[in-house]
Amino acid sequence: MEALLSIVIGFLTACGVYLALRGRTFPVVLGLTLMSYAVNLFLFVMGRLTIGAPPIIREGASYADPLPQALVLTAIVISFGMTAFVVILALLARAELGNDHVDGGENG
Amino acid sequence: MMSHLVIVPLLLPLLAGIILVLLGKSASTLRRSLSLFSTLLLIAVALELMLRVGDGSVLVYQLGNWPAPFGIVLVADRLAAIMVLITAILAACAAIYSVRGGDQPERNFHILFQLQLFGLNGAFLTGDLFNLFVFFEVLLIASYGLLLHGGGPERIRAGLHYVVLNLVGSILFLFAVGTLYGLLGTLNMADLAQRLANVAPQDLGVVRAAGLLLFVVFALKAALAPLHLWLPGAYGYTSAPVAAMFAIMTKVGAYAILRVHSLMFGPDAGPLAGLLQPWLLPLALITVVAGTVGVLASQRLSQQAAYLVVVSAGTLLTAFGIGGSEAFAAGLYYLAHTTFAAAALFLLADVLGRARGATHDRLVSGPELPSGQLLAGVFLLIALAVGGMPPLSGFIGKWLILQASMGQPGMPWVFGVLLVTSLLVIMALARSGTLLFLKIDEGAIASAPARAADLGAPLVLALVGIGLVVYAGPLYEFGQAAAIQLSQPGNYLAAVLQSTAGGVSP
Repeated sequence: MEALLSIVIGFLTACGVYLALRGRTFPVVLGLTLMSYAVNLFLFVMGRLTIGAPPIIREGASYADPLPQALVLTAIVISFGMTAFVVILALLARAELGNDHVDGGENG
Repeated sequence: MMSHLVIVPLLLPLLAGIILVLLGKSASTLRRSLSLFSTLLLIAVALELMLRVGDGSVLVYQLGNWPAPFGIVLVADRLAAIMVLITAILAACAAIYSVRGGDQPERNFHILFQLQLFGLNGAFLTGDLFNLFVFFEVLLIASYGLLLHGGGPERIRAGLHYVVLNLVGSILFLFAVGTLYGLLGTLNMADLAQRLANVAPQDLGVVRAAGLLLFVVFALKAALAPLHLWLPGAYGYTSAPVAAMFAIMTKVGAYAILRVHSLMFGPDAGPLAGLLQPWLLPLALITVVAGTVGVLASQRLSQQAAYLVVVSAGTLLTAFGIGGSEAFAAGLYYLAHTTFAAAALFLLADVLGRARGATHDRLVSGPELPSGQLLAGVFLLIALAVGGMPPLSGFIGKWLILQASMGQPGMPWVFGVLLVTSLLVIMALARSGTLLFLKIDEGAIASAPARAADLGAPLVLALVGIGLVVYAGPLYEFGQAAAIQLSQPGNYLAAVLQSTAGGVSP
């Protein structure tokens, strides 16, 4: 399970980096989204994978680390908001600069 | 020592921001005065904080009264208090300038401005790595809005680069934070510092990677070469009060580097001690050189000011890279100087740009200005400070840094780079001054003369700079005390980790 998850995170990150390096704003936004998915999964896994364990510390019982879940919730909210913002910004740039190149033009 | 004062610099701008949102469409005078009042009050709070930590105590505030490694803490030591005070003074000047018209359309400007202050103060006062991320996001989100404020193609293009780069930075930050949590099981910086000293040998490589990843993120914020390329566009095209306020933004990155460098990877960190040491000084010197080339090649005064911010970020990190409490103290003095001087130059560039009509602040010969002598005088004052000429604060800052590098292995490089680039910066500023004030193009038409009141904020900033010279002795001593406190993190650790509900003084 750990191996599968790490491969998924690595693949998502690689795709995200590739897309973020493209020249047009839409692939860049998608790339940022993929990278933020990857990092959310990564944060979640950092609490170690446990199945069927409650997120409450009790004596003698095993428990799932509740902190990464709180961290990842924060990270998801922030990255969701930022994705919305960067989509609007990309649309604004398309309207103001007349094209969707990240530099505002092929030669600019 | 538990103290409620520590959270006031966060609550004040946050509350002001919320009230500004609620005020909505009410009279602009009311909203502007509320924003100004809150910012001025922040100076008083920051001064009180500075006095309280002046005796070397580390103030801790536990949110919800949860004890340290489990709950979230805010920590104020000398360094954090200095940073909050600098931010408050700078913000007051930027706010004073913005209400003269730079905040149009001002419906959202002051809300974002207050939230930016909330994020900045939070980043300086937090004692928790994940909250550092959260406060970085708060100040960045506010800064995206402020940067794009007013619109226009150039601003949007620069803004897009800025936003995308910082989003990538945030993602890297989360990777680093996740790795550290996964290996060490804590995110409290004091707790991290203790656990980093006893890392299992098989984890050393991963921890080192996470630490350097954090360094990359902070270097992006601090505009350290080769991650400085976003800065000139973003700062050079935004509105003047925002650019002035952003003068503190690169210092947030420098502050984070200094904090992490001294607390987590300090001399007590065992095999991880001095993790950033081999990188910081060379990269900082390269930044100074790269920034100076930009200063020489700039076409507009605001662009030149933006490149000067790069130079100052490099100089500041040079001081931190030299290492040792003397260099840290010199760096802190230089930090205060350069923040105010850069902000003053941005504001002056805007005043000049408006007075010069069609030539704006481009560095070409322009019209004869109606109040040219006054403007030229202010420019001379600020340029002398920025260029590091005696007797102004820039000279003292650079002199302290050079003195701190004496006898250190990097000394020839520090001397060579800082002295040659200072000369080049002075030449570039002299050229700008000549073009702006002395070379008159008879055909060009000046717009309405600059209002004297517009010069108020840059002049106040310049006067603060002169104050830095007059009180250089006590300020440097305070910086030295802060640096010594940094280099002996024992007090910090004890205050954070042992402060229970009743409050245990270190």
